[in-house]
Amino acid sequence: MRANDTSRLALQSISRYPLRTSMLLLAIAIGVAAVILLTAVGEGARRYVTGEFAALGTHLLVVLPGKTETAGAGAAGMLIGATARDLTLDDAAAILRSNRIRQVAPVVVGSGNASWRQRQREITVLGTTYEMLDIQHWSMQRGRFLPQIDMNISAPVCVMGDGVSREFFDNANPLGEWLRIGDTRCRVIGVLAQAGVTGPFDTDELVILPVASAQALFNTAGVFRILIEAVSRESMQAARRDIIEIVKRRHQGEEDITVVTQDAVLSTFDSIFGMITAALAGIAAISLIVAGILIMNVMLVAVSQRTQEIGLLKALGAKRQQILLLFLTEAVYLCFLGTLLGLALGSLGTYLLRSLFPAINFGAPAWAIFAAIGIAISSGLVFGILPASRAARLDPVQSLAGR
Amino acid sequence: MMRLDQVSRDFEVGDQIVHALDRIDLEIQAGEYISVMGPSGSGKSTLLNLLGLLDRPTSGRYWLNNEDVSHFSDNELADQRQRNIGFIFQSFHLIPRLNALENVELPLVLAGVAIKERRDRARAVLDSVGLSTRMNHRPDQLSGGERQRVAIGRAIVMRPGVLLADEPTGNLDSKSGAEVVEIIEQLNRNGISLLVVTHDPEIGGRAQRHLVMHDGKIVGDMGTRSK
Repeated sequence: MRANDTSRLALQSISRYPLRTSMLLLAIAIGVAAVILLTAVGEGARRYVTGEFAALGTHLLVVLPGKTETAGAGAAGMLIGATARDLTLDDAAAILRSNRIRQVAPVVVGSGNASWRQRQREITVLGTTYEMLDIQHWSMQRGRFLPQIDMNISAPVCVMGDGVSREFFDNANPLGEWLRIGDTRCRVIGVLAQAGVTGPFDTDELVILPVASAQALFNTAGVFRILIEAVSRESMQAARRDIIEIVKRRHQGEEDITVVTQDAVLSTFDSIFGMITAALAGIAAISLIVAGILIMNVMLVAVSQRTQEIGLLKALGAKRQQILLLFLTEAVYLCFLGTLLGLALGSLGTYLLRSLFPAINFGAPAWAIFAAIGIAISSGLVFGILPASRAARLDPVQSLAGR
Repeated sequence: MMRLDQVSRDFEVGDQIVHALDRIDLEIQAGEYISVMGPSGSGKSTLLNLLGLLDRPTSGRYWLNNEDVSHFSDNELADQRQRNIGFIFQSFHLIPRLNALENVELPLVLAGVAIKERRDRARAVLDSVGLSTRMNHRPDQLSGGERQRVAIGRAIVMRPGVLLADEPTGNLDSKSGAEVVEIIEQLNRNGISLLVVTHDPEIGGRAQRHLVMHDGKIVGDMGTRSK
């Protein structure tokens, strides 16, 4: 029997029961659409997070005191080793000597009590340098950022986050006012533009001091971390080696720091989200298997309803393989058409998601689309085999009699 | 052209064995017109199914065109059916979603014949049974007599050597029945062997050779042997 005849007969059989066929198409379409939508959400989340991360600048490295392996279990980036020595401002200055490094910004963080006239509140104090503005891609709402002075010099100036400024000064201009923090005072010289949480900082709740002033405030000689911007993406690995080498030499040959490249964090995020998306796809694929079982069930019923027809075909000389192929083609057609419908529904849903959340770039990854199509069609083949072979094995005499 | 040699067909019904055909010997020449009659359960339909290769004997041999087909595989039997045998059933067995033309060309589709050739052949056959104006009608738009004529067309479109008819007029009124009988007798006059199973003595009497069956055996074989 010719291929286009098999196909034509299969399509004729499917269109004979429009309600039953529509139900099956819908079942498959839902499965395929589910795979597409769920992976679109997962992929959108991944793109968003890694994109935001990447927007911070992919040339960033962070130096932490202590090697994380010797420091015991804990979240990356926040732990200090028990026997590590402090990172100092001189370490930060020394690191600048590498020609693969464009700029550095040491970081001191602590919480303090800020007050102005009658008002007071707990704030997070960030001690850093002029370069921090550029490294974090912050922008100013009013005034200017920290002055470009030697990092070892303290100055009684501060920059406020948007939230802090509103709390103390409502919408009035705070520039020139004196803020009391702990037992020191500083003059407000700038307000950061509202930025929410960027990286590890909740910028709106910060008060930023020159790093030396912060060290004096918290009575510490060391720095919490050093943020470093490499010259280029390509030079990051070399920059990393330079940093470790420089600090090691300064710390009597001990490698007691951890250098985290943003790349490593980025790729960790990437793979976590990648796994989440794959898991979502797996869950959605289960619904395709269920749809396949549905098809098998419906086709078994169809075969028992069409025994006379099958008997007639055999009487006319149809071979077993031809009958098998006919029914299998019906199953595959159902899956194929259902898949097309599901792709359309999935695309529509993705489009709706994108219009509702324009900030996030939803979109099912190509592997998910191909997986959905592949699973749907294989489902048809696998679950169509049983009813098709049952039809092929029917006894012609019994079938013609309707048994 | 068809020879049965000590052919039996047994069926298991529960834990009993029913001898639907009991050591039948039968020889049929090309071009014969034979009727098979007998009470229900006598084995007439089983004989027809066996001759038509829809069934295999439990014992004995069946020679079709000098070939021993008793132990042919399912596919080989299907091939023989397609090329040598035409069936006509009491309940027509047309496919309801196909029109008359598509029903007639079904054997040609199964045989892989190209679309133009099979359309032409099917049209010619429908012409010969007087249905040239009803080709695009579906079975539910045709009368009983017209449906049986479509079935006859389907049975002869592959130009088989033998036509097997199981109660061909059973579901028809007398007028349509007579038309159908006339058509198949004309086919027989043109050379096709014709076997008609019937319980209607008027129809059975028209054949040249009358077989009577009882309890799986041929108990009567009368009439002229050849044209």
